[in-house]
Amino acid sequence: MNFQAIAAIYTFEMARFFRTLKQSFISPVLSTSLYFVVFGTAIGSRMEAVDGVDYGAFIVPGLIMLSVMTQSISNASFGIYFPKFIGTIYELLSAPVNFLEIVIGYVGAAATKSLFIGLVILGTAYLFVDLDIQHPIAMMSFLLLTCLSFSLLGFIIGIWAGNFEQLNLVPMLVVTPLVFLGGSFYAISMLPEFWQTVTLFNPVVYLISGFRWAFFGTADVAIGISLGAIGLFTLACMGFIWWIFKTGWRIRS
Amino acid sequence: MSVILSVQNVRKTYDGGFEALKGASLDIQEGEIIALLGPNGAGKTTLISTICGISSLTSGAITVAGMDIARDYRKVRAMIGLVPQEIALEPFETVINSVRFSRGLFGKAKNEAYLDEILKTLSLFDKKDSKVMALSGGMKRRVLIAKALAHEPKVLFLDEPTAGVDVELRKDMWNTVAKLKGQGVTIILTTHYIEEAEAIADRIAVINGGEILLVEDKAALMARMGKKQIRIELLEPVQEIPTKLAPYGLELAPDGGGLTYTYDVNAERTGITGLLNDLQAAGLQMRDVQTQQSSLEDIFVDLVQEDGA
Ligand SMILES: Nc1ncnc2c1ncn2[C@@H]1O[C@H](COP(=O)(O)OP(=O)(O)O)[C@@H](O)[C@H]1O
Ligand SMILES: [Mg+2]
Repeated sequence: MNFQAIAAIYTFEMARFFRTLKQSFISPVLSTSLYFVVFGTAIGSRMEAVDGVDYGAFIVPGLIMLSVMTQSISNASFGIYFPKFIGTIYELLSAPVNFLEIVIGYVGAAATKSLFIGLVILGTAYLFVDLDIQHPIAMMSFLLLTCLSFSLLGFIIGIWAGNFEQLNLVPMLVVTPLVFLGGSFYAISMLPEFWQTVTLFNPVVYLISGFRWAFFGTADVAIGISLGAIGLFTLACMGFIWWIFKTGWRIRS
Repeated sequence: MSVILSVQNVRKTYDGGFEALKGASLDIQEGEIIALLGPNGAGKTTLISTICGISSLTSGAITVAGMDIARDYRKVRAMIGLVPQEIALEPFETVINSVRFSRGLFGKAKNEAYLDEILKTLSLFDKKDSKVMALSGGMKRRVLIAKALAHEPKVLFLDEPTAGVDVELRKDMWNTVAKLKGQGVTIILTTHYIEEAEAIADRIAVINGGEILLVEDKAALMARMGKKQIRIELLEPVQEIPTKLAPYGLELAPDGGGLTYTYDVNAERTGITGLLNDLQAAGLQMRDVQTQQSSLEDIFVDLVQEDGA
């Protein structure tokens, strides 16, 4: 293992994050605060509790997930797309590093950033609602796994993207709908039966459900299934990235 | 001397089907400076990219210090430094951080003193904490070199390092190259500036159309291929070359005031004495006589033209 290389990539990427620290935090904190004001306080005050949880609190796990997923994807995809775009990828390709080291460096940095942001949002949430996290360790594990797996997905998108439009396309066209329809703002049981079935094909449902279980002890799907789903998703992304480096797809001419 | 880099029958076909290397072979000796000379599109960058792992090779074999570049990629790549043709740098990062990144990426432990020394050699030290994007083009190129040297490579590739840089930087670069050679670093430099190859290389490889046309000691190449010319200025212009002088294949200057005689330095008889005698016999009076030797440039142009023909 070239640990020096992993450290070099990680530090270099985190430096990018710290250079833009204000922007990195302001936008997710602001948008989450708006969600709380609109959905939590304004609309939420007219909503009945979901599964015994106050609606304002109920949406917290979903909001955190929403930010963490989009941030993971955009951080990781930009992190690897940018060297491709400006040409500095030559150095990675000619360095004594293997795919695992590159992935750990880039994905590790992207996941760290979104973890920070997730925790900041959680902190913000405390300003608006009363929270009592029932399974803190499970909560952190779900958060970490989500940061990791969506950063892996972002990494793949960054390698695949040939221009900035493509870089934004997948998050916009695929991820945002999946996250919104993944139960961020409602329990799956609130949907008509037909849509409940459709929803089960949405991987994000399992994440949000598991994450919400860690908060309140209530879930749409069994916690074991949630864990299995995110584990599978992580493995699938890893497998795809391994294949990318083996074949040089989109990176080595 | 031992062979540090061996390229055997390397072919490279790009995805579009274009064959940029058509069986290139080349052995590079440890500690030498070799110039890879060739026109645009000859395949210089492609050759370097396949050696460094940026492009995959279609067929053939490349070894560095006896190790296969794919099988022993870690050891091989740790030995190699690359200064790419195009400037590619993280614009928002500082010079020193960019150089630190390179050193770490190549698996070396921190060594600030060494990095400072590199920056000083390249006259970059006072720009250490400047952001890359605030630097001029020439300065950026120096940063690229500093990055390539950050991990103390044994073999250094310089892909057209002086294309479009000012005279001062070119001189600096040549000095750096000489210093590195003194430390035992093998240097492979591509260029289409003949004067550059002539000034700093020990050996010259000429590449064209994806093939290495020749590899030769610079001095030997110039001696072998070298032609000399004598230019004779006449006291009084002539209309045409006297028939008596026809065997010499002289060239008459447009104004009739001069004759040029081309001969091969390595030939048994140069024919100079005969020519001078015959000139006198033909009644031509000389005002001045000059000799000139063909430069590497002429040799190169000849080679590439022959290759194209
Ligand atoms: N990525 C690529 N895909 C297809 N053709 C390429 C690629 N890179 C270079 N070529 C072609 O290969 C040939 C050699 O290019 P290159 O190695 O850059 O030449 P040089 O460095 O000697 O100027 C050129 O004809 C160029 O157009
Ligand atoms: Mg080139």
